[in-house]
Amino acid sequence: MAKITMREAISQALMEEMDRDPGVFIMGEEVGVWGGTYAVTKGFYDKYGPDRIKDTPIAENAIIGAAIGAAMVGQRPVAELMTINFAFSAMDYVVNQAPKLHYMFGGQFTVPMVIRAVGGGGRQLGATHSQTPDAVFAHFPGLKVVSPGTPEDAKGLLKSAIRSNDPILFIEHATMYQVRGDVPDGEYLIPIGKSKVQREGKDVTIITYCKGLELSMKAAEELSKEGIEAEIVDLRTLRPLDMEPVLESFKKTNRAIVVEEGWKSYGVGSEITSRIYEEAFDYVDAPILRVAQKEVPLPYNRTLEQAALPQVPDIIAAAKEVLQ
Amino acid sequence: MAETINMPKLGFDMAEGTLVRWVKQVGENINKGDVLAEIETDKATVEVESPASGVVLQHIVDQGTVVPVNAPIAIVGAAGEKVEAPKPEGGKPAPTEQKPETKAEEKSAPPPVVPTQEKPAATQPAAPTPAPTPAQPPSDGGHIKASPLAKKIARDSNVDLSRVQGTGPGGRVVRKDVEAALTSVQPSAVSRPSTPVAFAQVNVTQEDQVIQTTKLRQAIGRRLVESKQSIPHFYVTHEYKMDALMDLRKQINAYLGDNEKVSVNDFILKAVALTLRQFPNLNATIKGNEVIRFGHVNVGVAVTVPGGLMTVVVKDTDQKMLRQISAEVKAMAGRAREGKVKPDDVDGSTFSTSNLGMYDVEDFIAIINPPEAAILAISSAREVPVVEGGQIKPGWRMKATISVDHRVSDGAEAAQFMQALAGFIENPVRMLV
Repeated sequence: MAKITMREAISQALMEEMDRDPGVFIMGEEVGVWGGTYAVTKGFYDKYGPDRIKDTPIAENAIIGAAIGAAMVGQRPVAELMTINFAFSAMDYVVNQAPKLHYMFGGQFTVPMVIRAVGGGGRQLGATHSQTPDAVFAHFPGLKVVSPGTPEDAKGLLKSAIRSNDPILFIEHATMYQVRGDVPDGEYLIPIGKSKVQREGKDVTIITYCKGLELSMKAAEELSKEGIEAEIVDLRTLRPLDMEPVLESFKKTNRAIVVEEGWKSYGVGSEITSRIYEEAFDYVDAPILRVAQKEVPLPYNRTLEQAALPQVPDIIAAAKEVLQ
Repeated sequence: MAETINMPKLGFDMAEGTLVRWVKQVGENINKGDVLAEIETDKATVEVESPASGVVLQHIVDQGTVVPVNAPIAIVGAAGEKVEAPKPEGGKPAPTEQKPETKAEEKSAPPPVVPTQEKPAATQPAAPTPAPTPAQPPSDGGHIKASPLAKKIARDSNVDLSRVQGTGPGGRVVRKDVEAALTSVQPSAVSRPSTPVAFAQVNVTQEDQVIQTTKLRQAIGRRLVESKQSIPHFYVTHEYKMDALMDLRKQINAYLGDNEKVSVNDFILKAVALTLRQFPNLNATIKGNEVIRFGHVNVGVAVTVPGGLMTVVVKDTDQKMLRQISAEVKAMAGRAREGKVKPDDVDGSTFSTSNLGMYDVEDFIAIINPPEAAILAISSAREVPVVEGGQIKPGWRMKATISVDHRVSDGAEAAQFMQALAGFIENPVRMLV
């Protein structure tokens, strides 16, 4: 077990898969000579050369469109979006073409493409570059949406994503590249579409993923000091959604909150909450609460930005409220 | 002098009523006898009349509130009069009430920029939720506030949720409350199933129609399940010669206007009331080891109303003239059918009757209307072949069956009652003197 950063974990996954499969290549803005906006692909250009590490124009629809074409003819592109907010410039390709080609061509084509996108707020990038629109993308059948919260999961899930024959949106959080965590030695894969209990507890279930996991783990430590043991279920994949560990945990605790960084309305929390009510109604002992971003465009001002984003005290308060 | 108006008691078993509408608003003039509000009980919507004249000074409860019987609902007094506001007593929010919202916004001083449009309950830190602990189980007019899990546990272990004190927000019954009720020595909370659980499951198919029962239907169900399960009924049937009564009725009605004509049932009510005077044990109720014989004879009449039936009551039936009985029954039955009965119409019966005569019924039996001790089921008067002096000839006959609480009386007494009743029905002139 080595303790490495999220950045190193993602970098290792890319490198291992590029070494393993010559069909894997990377394209995106500043991924080559510059080494990536978040330095994930630092050194890749020198190692693999311009054929496999492609700097592109600032044209997201071209990046995703070209990646889809390459994938349809047998390559395994990893297209990088500097921020997930730029996916809106390529929206037709991301949600309307990639997820539907296999279906609309009767299975004649597959689209084994990974879109790596940097999401989340908290770095003072302004309202248009700080969003967490994960739920928007998870809405579309055919597009798998993965968003890890630990280095171990990031590495194992990205390797699985690259090997998958389906288009996958792989969302990394802008403030988590320095997060350190234990990663198994040697090669390993983590299956896509499996939720995981990241912390065991008996009193309340916290369902979350990505940045929410980091916050929830801290909240759980605080709650523990007061004798409240929270169980944390990390979704890891938003689509396909694995409810089993969620329901299993909920049937034990009967009380839950859902923590996400995106807005509350029509969000991940809404989906999870509905599913619990539908599938475990007789186990509900208190209304399920959602902890999420305030319903505003994310402010630039640091204080205001932090106030609009969900924070550890919000999670603690919500957990206590459902335990009343 | 200001007068406080309370939730009236509209029946033996009424514990609470929902104030559905204020007819007179605060500040409006009101005369004694004016309708102040409409309240809904298990049985009907009824109007509450003001017992005093003056100005409506205060509504103590809001529309939609479930109010216990005798709790204050309003104050009427002189214009400008100062009144000490009494607290609403155990007033419980009706089902439409929302859950109490947390006052997080004011207390935790959120960042000034965020124009929160949403209820910030879940996301504001350190927001103490006010959790009022109600004095009574939080049943919202029949709906008990409990979590789905609490309901399931209660269902599985036959716990009566209405007897469990809820400790959740707003008095909601949660898992630990039910579990506490199960472990504590509180056998009253654990009830026997009121209906046999062994009934076969019904599979509802597309062709089937599912109809939500009315509150009235549910009340009838509750009362009669209780009656049939807890009262040992026995039944005595008697056949009455109706020829004389039919003749007399014809003669009397010849002198009366269309709206005043007396019915066969009016005669029978009078006959029953006079007979009950001779059999006070059947004009009674049982309470533990005591039988309470009522001082008045108030005969109840079952009336078919939309969605079920109600019993209207002729007070002091034994002392009223036939025409008066007839007029009162007509008026009360009319109000009952319109859902506008007055409290007095349905209150205080000491013995009930049910008449299916208009449907050509040979004989039927009725379930006792608690807390009474007996009920008389009256069938149709029919022209049938009868044997008289060794001859078969046509004659008018009517069967009636009395259902009696065996804890109060026995078959012999009931049979004697039925015989004595014949003394009036078959000699109807006795009822006119």
